[in-house]
Amino acid sequence: MSALPGTAAAPDLEARGVTKRFAGHQAVDNLSFSVARGSFFSILGPSGCGKTTLLRMIAGFIAPDGGDIQIGGRSMAGVAPNRRPVNMVFQQLALFPMMSVSQNVAFGLARRGVARAERQKRAEDMLGRVGLAGAGNKRVDELSGGQRQRVAIARSMVLEPTLLLLDEPLGALDLKLREHMKIELKQLQAAFGTTFVYITHDQSEALVLSDHVGVMNHGRFEQLGTPQELYYAPATPFVAGFVGANNKLSGKAVSIDGEIVEVLAAEGWTVRARRHGSVAVGAAVEAFVRPEATILGRTAAELPAGQPVHSGEVESLLFDGANSAVLLREEKTRFEFRIALPQTGQFADLKVGARVFFAFDPERAICFSVTPRG
Amino acid sequence: MLALLLAPALLWLFGLILLPHADLLQLSLRERVAPREYVPSLAQFRAFFDEPLYWHVFLRTAVMSAIATALTLLVAFPIAWTIAKLARGRMSALLFVVCLIPFWVSETVRTLGWMILLRESGVLPALLVKLGITQMPVELLYHDATILVGLVYTSLLFMVVPLVGSLESLDNTLIEAAYDLGAKGGSILREIVIPHAAPGITAGCIVVFMLTLGNYLTPTMLGGKNSQWFTETIYTQFITRFNWEQGAAFGFLLLGLSTAMVWLGLKLSGQRFSDVMRRS
Repeated sequence: MSALPGTAAAPDLEARGVTKRFAGHQAVDNLSFSVARGSFFSILGPSGCGKTTLLRMIAGFIAPDGGDIQIGGRSMAGVAPNRRPVNMVFQQLALFPMMSVSQNVAFGLARRGVARAERQKRAEDMLGRVGLAGAGNKRVDELSGGQRQRVAIARSMVLEPTLLLLDEPLGALDLKLREHMKIELKQLQAAFGTTFVYITHDQSEALVLSDHVGVMNHGRFEQLGTPQELYYAPATPFVAGFVGANNKLSGKAVSIDGEIVEVLAAEGWTVRARRHGSVAVGAAVEAFVRPEATILGRTAAELPAGQPVHSGEVESLLFDGANSAVLLREEKTRFEFRIALPQTGQFADLKVGARVFFAFDPERAICFSVTPRG
Repeated sequence: MLALLLAPALLWLFGLILLPHADLLQLSLRERVAPREYVPSLAQFRAFFDEPLYWHVFLRTAVMSAIATALTLLVAFPIAWTIAKLARGRMSALLFVVCLIPFWVSETVRTLGWMILLRESGVLPALLVKLGITQMPVELLYHDATILVGLVYTSLLFMVVPLVGSLESLDNTLIEAAYDLGAKGGSILREIVIPHAAPGITAGCIVVFMLTLGNYLTPTMLGGKNSQWFTETIYTQFITRFNWEQGAAFGFLLLGLSTAMVWLGLKLSGQRFSDVMRRS
């Protein structure tokens, strides 16, 4: 990702060819990217993809084997963590249990030699900004999970860092609070205007929060882009499978008609999908169809004309309010396929075992040529 | 059932601690006026304050014990830090064993070992002559420093164990977080590590101080006639002078001293006794 066109400001974070190896394992592999000032950037990837290593290199806890990291236009080579204009919100928050809330927030100011009265005032101001006014004298263990989260952010933000790093800070919270903190985090970032670099394995967090997301796998970025780009135009099969729900078909290309490839899945089912990049006839391919790109009907006549019609049998109903879906088996090949249920309630009485028809626009399905592994 | 389970502890507490102490207390508060004739009196305690040698030795023992405790803490802290934070798995266990090894031999043998090393015709003075540091072999025994070395050596394990326990429970990310917020080594130690390890430090100091104050063998053997350790004075009263009344009074004064010092230590470090005992 380059700085957004039209923004003159230098990027707050720039990585050039950053590399880190651990005992024969390439944790971070020649990564280059930059993060524009004031933006919310997420690094999304499964555990073990190297995202924590990358974050710890930005924070300065580990030194890269190669490449350079620049923060605010200054190279960070040889700069210790306590001298970097970067602060980190740790996964387990790492609040100091031996100190009060305001002592926690004032800790960094004290290290900079700010006078006691001044740091007390600034800590109180910052606690007010994160909605914890008056909680300064409490002990850390008297706070709820969400409040601790805010103290951890306040403790870093009071130092006015160029960059705030967040290491899966919502991972330890329960679902309801996590949803709430997601919104709060986005609002805090907008209010402070500080550049946030956020790492997570939760694609929903990355999509909701970020201006830009880097999807990381095996130490490399599979794709860098806005959440919309990742979702609607995944660049690799990994991104298509990792970001959002997707139906995946592995098989080979039978014929190609301009942009549209006819894919014969290993199970024997044939579908049509738009190609991404070049695909040769006979090549191994992977096709992805989003559950919500598919239209469901009780009869073939209900489906839009001009799209290939498939039929199947309902295997299970996954009711989850607005995210409800139906899992069905394609009639001939028994291929398992997921379709999102429309919100109109027209399928509220759908039963397991019912025969249904479905279709999707081949333009909205995507097909990648893959090199078979192993 | 509970009574049965507690019986050995109660028997030990009552039979070996309370009963002898009650007897000693009664001994210390009487005076022999004629053979087998005693009257209640505070004469023994008066003798302690009237005779400068007694309270001089008493104060010296307290100060030397406090110094030995502080030195033990200084030496034990880096060792405990290495075991708890730097060494991994087998290495950490190995380091623990290294600290434990001196305790496989009896204290007498250990102290005699120090004497072989330090006496005028011993290993270390000979080495100093060989290296040209001193012209003549010097006597390294019978100094206050020698007593301190022996006491620190004997006490080390009892400081290392509670320190390792309290340092192991310190979350490494707290140190990283402090570092990230701009702290340096010194302020991390002062603001994060020591407050966290305070109960362990206090527990170690209490144990080491009490062991040192009540130690007899090490100061007597390494300090010789110069040692002037209070336990030695007590020993002399009981064994050499058959003055059990005076010995008992001194014993209670020592008990009072260690209690007062522990109380003072807890007050100064802001710790509660129950917390400290739970952590050690």
